[in-house]
Order: sequence, then structure tokens, then C-alpha cells
Amino acid sequence: MAAVTTSAERSLNKLAIVGVLIVTMIFLAPIYWIASTAFKPRNLATTIPPTVVFQPEISPFVKLFTKRSQLRTAPTPEQYAAAPWWERLVFDGGEKVVRSGRGEVQWSGYPSRFMNSLIVAITSTILAVGMGTFTAYGFSRFKIKGEQDLLFFILSTRMLPPVVVAIPMFLMYRVVGLNDTHWGLIILYTAFNLSFSVWLMKGFMDEIPKEYEEAALVDGYTRMEAFFKIVLPEAATGIAATAVFCFITAWNEYAFALIMTNRRAQTAPPFIPSQVGSGLPDWTVIAAGTFLFLLPVAIFTFLLRNHLLRGMSFGAIRK
Amino acid sequence: MTQIELRGVQKFFGAVQVIKDLNLKIDDNEFIVLLGQSGCGKTTTLRAIAGLETIDGGDVLIDGKPVQHLKAADRDIAMVFQSFSLYPHMSVYENIAFPLRAMRKSKAEIDGEVRSVAKVLQITDLLGKKPSALSGGDMQRVAIGRALVRRPKAMLMDEPIGALDAKLREEMRAEIKRLHIKQGSTTIYVTHDQIEAMSLADRIVIMHEGVLQQVGSPTEVYTHPANLFVAQFVGSPVMNVANAAVTMNGSGARVTVDGAAEGFLFPAELVGQLDAANVEQDRLALGIRPEGVMVSREPADGYLPVEAHIIEPLGSYDIVDLKVGAQMLRARTRSGFVGKPGVQVFAKLDPAQAHFFDTTSGASLGVRL
Repeated sequence: MAAVTTSAERSLNKLAIVGVLIVTMIFLAPIYWIASTAFKPRNLATTIPPTVVFQPEISPFVKLFTKRSQLRTAPTPEQYAAAPWWERLVFDGGEKVVRSGRGEVQWSGYPSRFMNSLIVAITSTILAVGMGTFTAYGFSRFKIKGEQDLLFFILSTRMLPPVVVAIPMFLMYRVVGLNDTHWGLIILYTAFNLSFSVWLMKGFMDEIPKEYEEAALVDGYTRMEAFFKIVLPEAATGIAATAVFCFITAWNEYAFALIMTNRRAQTAPPFIPSQVGSGLPDWTVIAAGTFLFLLPVAIFTFLLRNHLLRGMSFGAIRK
Repeated sequence: MTQIELRGVQKFFGAVQVIKDLNLKIDDNEFIVLLGQSGCGKTTTLRAIAGLETIDGGDVLIDGKPVQHLKAADRDIAMVFQSFSLYPHMSVYENIAFPLRAMRKSKAEIDGEVRSVAKVLQITDLLGKKPSALSGGDMQRVAIGRALVRRPKAMLMDEPIGALDAKLREEMRAEIKRLHIKQGSTTIYVTHDQIEAMSLADRIVIMHEGVLQQVGSPTEVYTHPANLFVAQFVGSPVMNVANAAVTMNGSGARVTVDGAAEGFLFPAELVGQLDAANVEQDRLALGIRPEGVMVSREPADGYLPVEAHIIEPLGSYDIVDLKVGAQMLRARTRSGFVGKPGVQVFAKLDPAQAHFFDTTSGASLGVRL
């Protein structure tokens, strides 16, 4: 490398930065589209050409969370005045919020689907990463007969696409009563993520010098204590990375969720598109649902970004 | 009072036997150095004592009690690793306190002991730092502190200063010796560096291919190596070894190096001692350290003419290659003593520093003149 950058190199660098910016914008465009549609008035959602400048409003989110029906007649001024601010937004859209006989607001299907997604994704991620970490530690530290074959077997569970096993799984689940239950999906996603988690964590475990544990063993700790006090903190980066990937997989999973669940345990991915077909689609509501759906993964990844970026920094071992 | 004993220890890695019937007794407060090339089984021996490696035969005894079935944690032994193995996510303070926490000591006790050990090692100002912020020497001090803090029965050190640069190594060597004298604990130290071994050890244990070659004080292994391996492994520059024949000539014995026209003069009792050893006297290995080869610029009694080849000036002395017959003998001379390569000088061997070995077994014939 030349120590001094020439002007040609400098302009090339600038060009590269422009190129990267363009690619970034192309990748971010769909996310911007969804996010902006989530805040658009309904009549601006499907204009051609697309509306870029608009007065953002919150009504899509109100509509997303409430059960609504078409207004046959406009609300009376008294009704309108008595309604809370968010209900007026629904009136403005030519709809009304459905209330029970006692006047309680009826929720739409979205909040429960969203909760289901959270329950299933978080639980299955904890299980897959937890079991994967233990398994990987075993494979990494102990001589196991047929280790390579076992590892290949674990990976091979990942080789069939989910759709192929979905029907037999559905039949089996029906027999054992796991259809449309949280545990049904949690078990599936855990099993699905486990192979990935074992392989990824094995890589990270192999990177942790075994001298650390040996030092702890000599210092008077049992292997279990050494694992929890030394190995686990050292593996934090790997655990974080694996957790992000497992969470994303479980969070976004569509095929199993579509086939295995329909009401009680249905997650957001099969629910959101199902709203497109019910009546005249309100794209702003669908965009609002999708936008909210994107947030947990974004937040989770953002919180763990240091772990993901830091990589392995084992400064205290001389190799 | 801690004695460590190895009785008939065997260890296999698959089909390879890395420790072959090792017997060794280490006394209380002794500083033992296991010396050998890499792969000779010295580290495995150390790990077997620590409990990090299981053994396939024999006994490891600490204070007379077999411990080979005990876990590392239950042997009350501390170890310093070559890689230092400081826990990166803990501060220096936490690293040193870690073994004490395993003993479930109170906070105040832990604090007192960590600070006192830090004072001894002069690392008090480092206690708040993370290991990654330390220099190599400081990392090693912390690692030693972690080992010392719980006053273990014995300290094991696996090439603890091998990863440091030469100058720091010398400093740390002196520090380890000072600490040992001050703290006085049974210590087993593994190294491949014979200078480290010579300078630190009460006794050196030399191993080769899993077999113990010799145990003795640094002077003993240096002056009376048990076999050719020890002779050539200990000492720098390396001992000269040449095939030679011993003949009787008048009142004295003559030791003729292969291919040489004339032999060096030795006392007649050499022949008697070789007779007692019952070996073929025309096929021996002569070993002599460079300082046992005496060089003169003028012809003198008992000196043979030889040609100087390469001269290595090493500051305080020179190492001069002398061609004797078909062999090169390296001599240690005053610096600048031999002017330039190619000149003729005169050489004599000091009988008191000469060693004779069996060419087939390599064992010393025990000749002492």
C-alpha cells in the first residue's frame, strides 16, 4: 500500500462511498415505503405516483388495534363529540369502532397475534440458544465417539425445507394435541433453530481457549462452575449473535405458523397477509401492522449490536 | 510441608506413549525444573500433577497420598500457564480474588489477601485494570499472583515466561527466583530453555521422548551428564561430541579423534577406568565442552596443531571452530585470542572436563579424571 493516497485514489474512494450510499438506499426503500405508508391517510396510500410529502397521522395504528365496521350513516355531532380523539380518527375514515354491549372497545386480532409472536419467538430462542450452548460446549471440549457424524446429523435436520415436513408434522401434532398451541410452535422453532445454534456456538466455543477453564479448575472450581463463571461470559458475543439469528428465524417464520396455527396461537406473519383479503384492503393498516412487526427485530439487533460487531477480543491470551 | 512423588507414571495419547514409567520425588520447598524439547512429555507430566490430565498407570502422590483420582480442584495446587490465562472479563483484582472465592472466604479476607499479594508483586496500581490493558510482564505477575494468593501446596508453572521477550524474560526469571526464596513453596517449573533451568532450579529433571534422562542439581547435570542427550541439551554453546579411540602410549593414554593423525594426551588412569567399564576402547564418543578445549598460539607440551575455522565473537568470549581430524571441536577462548580463520593454533583437552559415552546406548561411562 502506498503511504500517500493519490488524488485518483481519493476520487475513487468518494465514488465508492456514493456507490455504497446508492445501494443502501435501494435496500432501505421498501422499509421506507412500509414505514411511510403506515403513517399515511388511507386515500394517499395507493396514489400513482406515490405520495412522498404528506401530513403523517396515527389513524392506521388505531385501526390496526381495534375491531371496526363500516359506517352506514355518519355519526351524529353528539356521538362525534362524545368519542375520544382516536375514535374520531376512525369516524373520519368512514368506519366505527365496534363496542360490546357494555360499551367496551373490541380489540382487533393483531395485538394477540403480536403477543403470540413475542411469546413463541422469545421462548424458542432462549431454548435453542441455551441447549445449543450446552451441546456446543460438549462437542468442543470433550472427545466424543463419532463426533463428526453426530454434528452432521444435527445439521442434517436443517436440510429439508420446512414445507416438506409441515404436513407430516401437522398430522403428528393433531394426534398429540399440539396444533394451534404456543408450545407446538415453540417446540418446532426450537428444533428448527437448534442445529443452527449448535453449529454456530461450536465455532464460538472452539475460539475460547480451554486454558481459561483449566485455570478455573486448578483455582478450585468444578467444571460446571467454570462453565458458568468463565466460559459463558466469554461466549457472550457468540450467544448474542446466535440469539439474534434464532430470534429472526422464529419471528419471521411463516410456513409452519400458517399450517399449524389458526387462532389461539397464530403469530403475526400469517395474520398480516390474511387481512389483505378481508373486504376492501386498507393498505395503511397492513403497513402499520408490518411496521410494528419490524420493530422487535430491529430493537433486538440494535441492543446487541456491540456484541455482534465486537467479534472476539481475547486480549489476555498470548498465542 | 509438601512432597510430590510420581511412581511409575504412564500416559498414552492414543497409541503414542508420552510418559514412560516416570519416577520422581520432589521435596518440600524444592524448585524443580522439568527440562526438555517440545513434545518430550514435560508439560503432560505437569498437567498430570495438576489433575488436568488423567494418567494411564502409576501413582501421583502429594504428601504421601495418591491423588490421581482427585479432581484438579481438590488437589490444592496452583498453576501458571504459558498463555497466562487471565480471565479477560474480570479485572486484575477479580482475577486474583477468583481462587479465594472458590474457598468461600469472606469479603474482608479476600480483600486483605488480594492486596497483600499485589503488594509483594508490585501490581497494586493495576488492580482495577482489565487484563487486556496489561503488558506481558504485568500479565505474568498477575498470573503468578493468582497462583500465590491462596497459598497452595505446590506451584506448577508451564513455561511461564516463554511468551515474553528476552529482556523481560531475564527480569521475570530473577523475580520468580526472588519470590520462591521469599514465599518458599514446592515449585515445579516446565521449560525448554536450559538457561532458565540452570538459573532457577534446585534440581533439574531432564526428559526426552517421555523418558526421564537425569535428575540432579544444575551443576551436576552440567558437569556430569548421564548420557549424550543430556550432554548436548544442557549447556550453551553445545558440548563437542566426537567419535574417538583410546590407546595406551608409553606412560599416558592417547585419545584420538576420528581422522586425526595424533591423539590428545590423557592420564593413564583413563584406560583403567575404561577397562572397568568394559567397553571397546577404539569406539567411544568423546564429549568436551568448549571451555574444556584449551587453545595456545605457541606450540606447547601436550598441545596438538590444529586449524582455526569459523570464529564467533560473542562479546565476552569467542567460540572458535578447530578442525581436528575429520571433526570440528569448538573452543571457548578469550575474545580476539585467535586472530583470523585459517591460522594454525595449538589445542589440548582438559582431562577433568572430558566425558566418555557409549556410542550405541549413549550412556556416560562414568569416567572422572
